[in-house]
Amino acid sequence: MVLSVGSGWQANARLYPPQSEAKAVEIPYPNHCVDVDSLRLDSALRLIEQSGQPIEDDREVPQAYVQSVIDALCSLSSRDSLTGLSNRRSFSQAIDRELDRVARMGDVALLLMVDIDHFKIVNDTHGHIVGDEVIKQMAQRLLDCVRPMDTVARFGGEEFAVVLPNCSQTYSEVVAERIRHAVEDRPFHVGPGLALSLTVSVGGAYAPQWIRSEAAIWIERADRQLYRAKRGGRNRVCLEETFDTVVSTEEKELLYGALNFGGLGAMAAMTQDGNDGALHS
Amino acid sequence: MSTAASPSPTRPSVVYKPMFPVDPKRAMVFAVTSGKGGVGKTFVSANTAAALAKRGLRVLVLDADLGLANLDVVLNLYPKTTLHDVFTGKATLREAILKAPGGFDVLLAGSGLVEYSRLTSDVRDQFQTVLHDVMLDYDVVILDTGAGISDVVLYAISLADEVLLVSTPEPTSLTDAYATVKVLAAQQGRRTIRVAINQTLQPGEGRIITTQLQRVVDRFVPVLGSGPVMLTHIGDIPSDTLVRNAVQKRQLLFTSMPGSAPAQAIAGMASRLGDLVQRWQTTRVAG
Repeated sequence: MVLSVGSGWQANARLYPPQSEAKAVEIPYPNHCVDVDSLRLDSALRLIEQSGQPIEDDREVPQAYVQSVIDALCSLSSRDSLTGLSNRRSFSQAIDRELDRVARMGDVALLLMVDIDHFKIVNDTHGHIVGDEVIKQMAQRLLDCVRPMDTVARFGGEEFAVVLPNCSQTYSEVVAERIRHAVEDRPFHVGPGLALSLTVSVGGAYAPQWIRSEAAIWIERADRQLYRAKRGGRNRVCLEETFDTVVSTEEKELLYGALNFGGLGAMAAMTQDGNDGALHS
Repeated sequence: MSTAASPSPTRPSVVYKPMFPVDPKRAMVFAVTSGKGGVGKTFVSANTAAALAKRGLRVLVLDADLGLANLDVVLNLYPKTTLHDVFTGKATLREAILKAPGGFDVLLAGSGLVEYSRLTSDVRDQFQTVLHDVMLDYDVVILDTGAGISDVVLYAISLADEVLLVSTPEPTSLTDAYATVKVLAAQQGRRTIRVAINQTLQPGEGRIITTQLQRVVDRFVPVLGSGPVMLTHIGDIPSDTLVRNAVQKRQLLFTSMPGSAPAQAIAGMASRLGDLVQRWQTTRVAG
């Protein structure tokens, strides 16, 4: 029996034994079949437990088969069922690994958050089946835009995350724009005679070099750029240049405009710095 | 086939993760930083170390200003062995640790470390190994960082459990201190930063400045996950010609003029930091 999984990644999902051999090897499981689509964790665990035990009738459990079930379950637990992309859990692993690497090597790593613009309208107008189809095609377009070493994950809903290790600043802009164009330039054919023109907003942030930090901070920074792209009118890329060390006039005014208490401290500062007077408005 | 609705992405709260796991048996690591140079960072590091030592704590000041160290100048030490020799294998760590006049230990970078002014994996590993090796021998390790917010400075700060930000009331110094807070919040998820204001001209000035800094932070620094950045005022050091004299004579003010107002202020700061250390040492570690 072939274990059939969602259509997105059937190539990887064919489990041993393949259909042609299904009759040759007798598999001692109920109905000789594991339906991975509807497989739940508890039944999967039972399945694995059972495979270690002698089965009532003395047929041998093919070890390779058991291994393949375990492998498939591992793969299943790291993939998003609709798109075949990394799911949140394996994305977390990828991003933690990358943070550790960057902390050690000090090289440049980029995180992109990609969100489909006005996706709710697609769902509301054409239904969830079409919405799902858009998400699937979007996943493929994202994969086509990046290097094999990059991790593309479904972050949730219509939001995707891409981890790009060793990604120079020039390449960052190229790849982010490539993603934006890959969506904008070709409509999505999602049904007979139904082609949707869509756009994405992309936000990106770099991992802090040399410093061991939290994935959550990195994600939040990239997210903030994504919201900036959304606010800026969507269908655009916003990358965090570097850490924000620029102190705006507004900030400066609030910082020491009010510190004229008795004039003493500020006066002293002015006389020491000479030309700083303009800052005390 | 349609999947079940994806759960809305949950965003975990951000809590600063120390480089070294919290362990009450190891030293609590403080990073002294300022943004702007020349605000008295090294003066504060050295004198606070002396004040903490006087409170009975085992203190090591580690020169983390790898490029342009001047802790040796402040302490009037002319070390034969430095961190540089440890890094290059010419000396052991114990040989490079010196006794400073204030009753604490120092590990000086030495000016030979100019080549370390840029961070590489090597420097990082060596520095971290050194810190790791001394941690169990002290109650407090003070990292005297360099000026600015270069990758070396940010890296050194990332090793610390607590950040002590030094500023003067000057607008330029305040601006750089504020920029440092911004970067630390965004880059490292720092949520608590201790502030010391050096060279204040009137009582209460430092607290007013810290309050004002906090106001700007609340208004302009984005809140990440776990909540806003909290600045805690830990002391003012009044402007005093005695400080200049001590620095010029290369004396440690805290020991040479213990009754002076700046020395008293340092003692007050050390008492607050000492409380933090005590709390640290009584932390119960899960597991």
